[in-house]
Amino acid sequence: MHTKSLSELSAALHSGEISSVELTQHYLDRIKTHNDDINAFITICEESALEQARAADTQLQNKTAGKLTGIPLAHKDIFCTEGVRTSCASKMLDNFISPYNATVVDKLNAAGMVTLGKTNMDEFAMGSSNETSFYGPVKNPWDTDRVPGGSSGGSAAAMAARLAPIATGTDTGGSIRQPASLCNLTGLKPTYGRISRYGMIAFASSLDQAGPMAHSAEDAALLLNVMAGFDERDSTSVERDVPDYTDTLNNSLEGLRIGLPKEFFSEGLDPQIAETVNAAIKTYESLGATVKEITLPNSKLAVPTYYVVAPAECSSNLSRMDGVRFGHRCEEPTDLNDLYERSRGEGFGEEVKRRIMIGTYALSAGYYDAYYLKAQKCRRLISEDFKQAFEEVDVIMGPTAPTTAFKLGDKKDDPVAMYLADIYTISTNLAGLPGMSIPAGFVEGLPVGLQLIGNYFDEARLLNVAHRYQQVTDWHQQTPESFK
Amino acid sequence: MSLDKTDVEKIAYLARLAIDDNDIPEYAQDLNNIFDLVEQLNDADTSTISPMAHPFDAKQRLRADTVTETNQREKFQAIAPKTEDGVYLVPQVIE
Repeated sequence: MHTKSLSELSAALHSGEISSVELTQHYLDRIKTHNDDINAFITICEESALEQARAADTQLQNKTAGKLTGIPLAHKDIFCTEGVRTSCASKMLDNFISPYNATVVDKLNAAGMVTLGKTNMDEFAMGSSNETSFYGPVKNPWDTDRVPGGSSGGSAAAMAARLAPIATGTDTGGSIRQPASLCNLTGLKPTYGRISRYGMIAFASSLDQAGPMAHSAEDAALLLNVMAGFDERDSTSVERDVPDYTDTLNNSLEGLRIGLPKEFFSEGLDPQIAETVNAAIKTYESLGATVKEITLPNSKLAVPTYYVVAPAECSSNLSRMDGVRFGHRCEEPTDLNDLYERSRGEGFGEEVKRRIMIGTYALSAGYYDAYYLKAQKCRRLISEDFKQAFEEVDVIMGPTAPTTAFKLGDKKDDPVAMYLADIYTISTNLAGLPGMSIPAGFVEGLPVGLQLIGNYFDEARLLNVAHRYQQVTDWHQQTPESFK
Repeated sequence: MSLDKTDVEKIAYLARLAIDDNDIPEYAQDLNNIFDLVEQLNDADTSTISPMAHPFDAKQRLRADTVTETNQREKFQAIAPKTEDGVYLVPQVIE
């Protein structure tokens, strides 16, 4: 049951072959059996999940059910869920029971989906290995000595271990695509503004975007259909119609123009990954696509630009965590400043403190022009590169990550080395473009992701391009041995 | 880049973060390494480039100035560390 696609699960639920309660219980049992091995979930919502499943079964019996009614899912613990702890994997919010739902959560609830639990992540989504979580690191189901990637590492590991049929993630610099690559998943970061950020705990507001983490492009399209859309409660939400993303999945790729940025295939890329990615591109040629080399000359600016913009925005966003209205508060504060400083000093982990300090410095009097303004200008250069590239090609392809999953602890003490794990994904966030990672093969038993980057609001094309590849390959259907 | 102990203490104060004295050298080292990376931006010629704050250079959307939210004070204060008579309590600020 746990290797079926969403469409297969939907058919089984609608035909009465299985009930939502049975399906939900099956996944809850799997979580109980396997979660200790990989630490993918922070909170398991057994009672409320079964309650949602019973409501779904009533709808299925009444014939009022939709396509996704009764299908379980896992939410990254960054999405506010009313009445359920929403920790963002931080000690700061360990006691935070959200008083409201994120728009994404409301929408998926309204679609009749069943929330199995809240998944582990890097603290406040800051990290690329899921080692900064207050609740301990997540382990990669393909090799439990290795990281699942981050920051949506818990969603990725839960999916890879088949503890959920679909999950939500968020991506500020690669946090959906990089773990999808390291865990053999199909992950989509839509165009900035496509999905509401309301109730999604803010990290870097001009970059953050939610998206589906799935086993196939078809499953991702089904979830995106529900997640996407305008929301007046998010001031950067885009007023634009949402197509049915499943309608165009089977479009022909004949004449598709693929661009390969030479900067994505240069030094720093593992040669075996380059080989795997090139093999995938050959497959696309056999499906009728044409390939040309392109250049994104300012790619080298992406990581340094990101490490000004993201920390600057996070230092501002996280100032709301002050020990006054919610979250962690220190014992016996002597004065207001002591209350702020100790509540924040105790509540935040090392990486979060580092980034708040980078951002605070970059925004401080006398340094704003040198850092933040300079980075905003470099951001425009990066974005212009893509604009030019999309005049010549329909989709850009390359590796998602420079390496396969690395060992736990390998990069933990070297922030700069960790930051480079997102070298190919960050520029997409800076430009606001949609990006995807899809399974493209294995190197020494570890998954490799192919990254697809599309033009603004071209999610339907990305999903179509991914789906056609998944019709002729079966990398996306592989399951790690211990979790079959 | 060479931020020293005093710089780190000042940044931590601006950010309202209590950090352990023993951790300051490591923070200084990490911040210096990160700003060394950031300084690669100086190689880019941006003299004619305008800053980009939003992918579509969108303007803030406005709405009519009418009440759209209901008062949920009790619900929100139920998760607060310390409240009394409907207000949040903090250490005394004014003598």
